[in-house]
Amino acid sequence: MHEYSLVQAVVERIEEEVQKQRALAVHALTVSVGELGGVDPELFRTAFETFRQGTVCEKAALTVRVVPATWSCPACGKAIEKGAVLRCPACDLPAKMGEGSDGLTLDRVELEVP
Amino acid sequence: MCTTCGCGDTELVPVELHDKILAGNDRQAAHNREHFLGHGVLALNLMGSPGAGKTAVLEATSRFAEGRLKLSAVSADLATDNDARRLEKAGIPSKAITTFQACHLDAAMVHHALDGFPWDRSDVFFIENVGNLVCPAIYDLGQAANVVALSVTEGEDKPIKYPVMFQKADLVLVTKCDLVPHLDIDLARIDDAISRVMPNPKVLRVSARTGEGLAEWFAWLEEQRRPIVQGKGAHMHGHAHSHEHTHSHEHTHADGTVHSHPHAHVHEHPHEHGEAKAEEHQHEREAGHAHDPAEKHEHRH
Ligand SMILES: Nc1nc2c(ncn2[C@@H]2O[C@H](COP(=O)(O)OP(=O)(O)OP(=O)(O)O)[C@@H](O)[C@H]2O)c(=O)[nH]1
Ligand SMILES: [Zn+2]
Ligand SMILES: [Zn+2]
Ligand SMILES: [Zn+2]
Repeated sequence: MHEYSLVQAVVERIEEEVQKQRALAVHALTVSVGELGGVDPELFRTAFETFRQGTVCEKAALTVRVVPATWSCPACGKAIEKGAVLRCPACDLPAKMGEGSDGLTLDRVELEVP
Repeated sequence: MCTTCGCGDTELVPVELHDKILAGNDRQAAHNREHFLGHGVLALNLMGSPGAGKTAVLEATSRFAEGRLKLSAVSADLATDNDARRLEKAGIPSKAITTFQACHLDAAMVHHALDGFPWDRSDVFFIENVGNLVCPAIYDLGQAANVVALSVTEGEDKPIKYPVMFQKADLVLVTKCDLVPHLDIDLARIDDAISRVMPNPKVLRVSARTGEGLAEWFAWLEEQRRPIVQGKGAHMHGHAHSHEHTHSHEHTHADGTVHSHPHAHVHEHPHEHGEAKAEEHQHEREAGHAHDPAEKHEHRH
């Protein structure tokens, strides 16, 4: 259950931002999780619910954006379907993973500032 | 305060960050990588299910190497140091990393284990991760490559079920191959499953029991070592000396210990020492004590 340590890292990063902007509260945050990012979105939400108590994120609304994994040929660009062999049959090249497929990012926060 | 009328209302401000959640771990991993490369040590992250045969492969590698490669290892164990003791017995200087409830190793745990343990005098340093096919894959430890052990008893569809782990693998060791005649398993189906989750599949079939495949595994290790040894050679040519760090303030670790590095360093790139105490460094930088890499590496030769 590494989702807890990820939530902790997110909250710490937001605390930093809150200090920098002298914010009074955090209203919302958006996190992107790639399908190959190794994070279960549901577990992440549960971990957030537990962990946010007593932190700057106590009342913040969490949005988890799940980015589907994509693969394509690095030469001809042809998409390779999920479950298929990760190699372009035409160019005989290993597939390239699409942007965000294994990403794990804190995209944005909504801060209440004086 | 509301800027238009000064009524005292607060404002909602959206802040775009797009920060990697694991940025802190990545910084620590980059630091570990410099330790490994600075010593010309090939560091490998060995992952796999509980009981996949990770420790057994290392024991067999030591037997097979017969001193031709100096090995060392750290081994993650939930509560015991059994694996580390097995490895020591097999002639591999080892240290246990007790993870308690953690389901994976992170870069700080590995860095902490590097103290007081002769990993730096080995050719290949194995990091035997927690037996788990999910979490360990997303934490960079500073390794040069990922090796995933998959035993023939685990079923042919394991790679499809755990795509994250296999997508990140540089090599899959199909272990316990001596058992194949006793099982209803088709090795070709394992290869096929791997090719659907690993874009450039590299698979070796081994048995710690019979020694099958160990020569190929050994050759793979040698191949991975080549660029690292050459990198160190090139480096030593320019800086045939060792030195102590003069910026030990940047080297305070999570446990409060300060370590100096009595070894030659790789000077070509900025030496990122952001560790567990990254906030502190951040603070220093903001306070105007900028550490520009050139200044950092002005060592008295
Ligand atoms: N037949 C056979 N059994 C093996 C082989 N390698 C390991 N085993 C057996 O598989 C079991 C687990 O092996 P370990 O090496 O402890 O596996 P591990 O992945 O290190 O396990 P954890 O560290 O607990 O996750 C032991 O009972 C070993 O004897 C092999 O090549 N052939
Ligand atoms: Zn193509
Ligand atoms: Zn083990
Ligand atoms: Zn260090």
